[in-house]
Amino acid sequence: MVGARLPLMLKDAALTALVAAALGVFIVGFHTVDIGSRTGLSFDFWFADLGVALVVIFLGRLGLSLAAEGLRWPAIALGVVMLIAGISPLRLPSGFLHWFVALGGALLVVRAAWPWANQAIAAGAATPTGRLIDRIGNQWAGWFLLAVAVLLPLTPIGDQKTMDLGVLILTYVMLGWGLNIVVGLAGLLDLGYVAFYAVGAYSYALLSTQHGLGFWAVLPLAGMLAASFGILLGFPVLRLRGDYLAIVTLGFGEIIRLVILNWVDLTSGPAGIGSIPGPTLFGAVFAETAPEGKQTVAEMLGVPFSSNQRLIFLYYVILGLALVTNLFTQRMRRLPVGRAWEALREDETACKALGINPTNTKLTAFAIGAMFAGFAGSFFAAKQRFISPESFTFIESAIILAIVVLGGMGSQIGVVLAAVLLIGLPEWFRELGSYRMLAFGLAMVLIMVFRPRGLIAHREPSIRLHPIGAKGGG
Amino acid sequence: MTLAEAPLIEVEHLTMRFGGLIAVDDVSFSGRPCAITAIIGPNGAGKTTVFNCITGFYKPTIGRLRLRGEREYLLERMLGHEIGQHARVARTFQNIRLFPAMTVLENLLVAQHNKLMLASGMSVFGLLGLPVYRQAEQAAIAFARDWLERIGLVAMADRPAGELPYGAQRRLEIARAMCTEPRLLCLDEPAAGLNPRESAELNQLLLSIRDRDGIGVLLIEHDMSVVMSISNHVVVLDYGRKIAEGPPAEVQRDPAVIRAYLGTDDEAIDG
Repeated sequence: MVGARLPLMLKDAALTALVAAALGVFIVGFHTVDIGSRTGLSFDFWFADLGVALVVIFLGRLGLSLAAEGLRWPAIALGVVMLIAGISPLRLPSGFLHWFVALGGALLVVRAAWPWANQAIAAGAATPTGRLIDRIGNQWAGWFLLAVAVLLPLTPIGDQKTMDLGVLILTYVMLGWGLNIVVGLAGLLDLGYVAFYAVGAYSYALLSTQHGLGFWAVLPLAGMLAASFGILLGFPVLRLRGDYLAIVTLGFGEIIRLVILNWVDLTSGPAGIGSIPGPTLFGAVFAETAPEGKQTVAEMLGVPFSSNQRLIFLYYVILGLALVTNLFTQRMRRLPVGRAWEALREDETACKALGINPTNTKLTAFAIGAMFAGFAGSFFAAKQRFISPESFTFIESAIILAIVVLGGMGSQIGVVLAAVLLIGLPEWFRELGSYRMLAFGLAMVLIMVFRPRGLIAHREPSIRLHPIGAKGGG
Repeated sequence: MTLAEAPLIEVEHLTMRFGGLIAVDDVSFSGRPCAITAIIGPNGAGKTTVFNCITGFYKPTIGRLRLRGEREYLLERMLGHEIGQHARVARTFQNIRLFPAMTVLENLLVAQHNKLMLASGMSVFGLLGLPVYRQAEQAAIAFARDWLERIGLVAMADRPAGELPYGAQRRLEIARAMCTEPRLLCLDEPAAGLNPRESAELNQLLLSIRDRDGIGVLLIEHDMSVVMSISNHVVVLDYGRKIAEGPPAEVQRDPAVIRAYLGTDDEAIDG
């Protein structure tokens, strides 16, 4: 039976390799090199790289076909061979090919073993212990993640690099939670979320550099400013639905960026705004020497100065801000307005028939989401100390939206997992250079293949008539 | 004329045009409180268009829609959601429109949105967790629970509404409309797709809504057994015009109605 299918599979694999060759020969096969000013450009041939890649694609495709036919062991064997070839000291033409071969092998093994894993998980979840673990997981996963986040800076892992990454991930977690109100709960597809982030960032940058206001004073102001921009935009556009709303918000995001770029008198345009003061701790600054009339944190606490202190402080500030966002959202979800958001996402016509004012309800979601983006924006400005319109391009909106959608619309924990995966992974693979966006793409594809409704698709009711378990619990 | 006999809703000269198509043509009728008024007619007669005008989904081209509450509401001048909020007209839909991902209980709480919104101080009291809001929420849950008992869905309260069987979804949609505490309830083919047993249960539910809750019901229905057994007054539409009106037994014998439903003899012969 297998013998009969094998030629077909080989043919299919060869065809795939052929297509890859046709695509790759110009992209990978030739490189132009500068060979001096007089002779100009010449070609450099990379056919060895192309050859190795094609062999891997051929084997990979064959392995996938085998796995699809239910021949798991040959597929796994093929995957393991590729994995070993990838990580072995074998001299492949480039470092990237090692990654490519190894990752391809690993994926093949995962694909071949997936049905088993799936079965085992399903069987495990069906048992009483499995169900208990599931419930405990649902209840305590959040607390566990919180404990890890709080304790991280105190552990030896909390070096500068990790802290930097932590601050970055938490910023996106906060933005994801903010956008989750708009997209996940109220179901309004907002492609211009970064506009409110920019409003927050520029509010703080301008108020602090030109009027000398501190971070904590500006924070609420930035939130309010961003929220009023949200209302301003919301009034005309929230009567639109679905795709139309997405297009208009996309336009609004670009308008804000272009205004910032061109209003040079106020924002100094593409040059950006520099030397923005960082956040202070009870008025004390994070620096080696304090400016006139100020105190450094190291002096105040009587500890020696270390450059890590500022980073750890920033980490806790964004952790706090993100937690406020989360608590606020969780609370709102259990209030009438939160339920109305979700109802609006489910069926706007039915909402109208029940006497719910759709415009007001959408506006609150839009304004509150914008407010949290404003908070996050002023934190971003205080952390970077320099901002320019380049930080607020459409791709940022797309990444935040991807975090919300891939996390599972409306799921708070899902946002955290997706942010770690989508922001953490590419940063982790920074050594790969420009190929690291492959990791980003790979994470997206994998989530969409294995969890099409997002990492966490489960929706916890906002209220229960019959609480789970006799004693209720958390 | 006593108060109970005064009409709850008066539809006067209602006309609705879509471009060149006249979907509803100069229709007038009235519905009393504590009574079920059925609107029947063949497919495309304009029944749902009348409903959409009453509930604000369409603006009538011509006509006046008067609803008597504490004051008189002119529905044709109100925005869609205001009709539900202030005039207190609730409706269900021909193709069920629940909030499928939300639980049964949540569906009934969303229906009490405006009341709860006030109690939560536009969310401020709610965010602070003040007892004012918590009491209001408990009362809303108790109210929803009463309705769940009446439609027999207490055990399913925490299940997503989209997972319920079809008949239960129909009943839930009616309960949800009733949770807005309406003066007038508009039901668009509530018996569609129900089996005879479920249909009989629905009749009981509608009679109890009429008698216990004392509100006016407007009913679009194809199932003649439902219409004939529970309605107090029947309005017959055909091609957008009213062709008959009266008590069910009378309407049933009306030659114009029989012609509209069965065709004339001549047409029957011509095929």
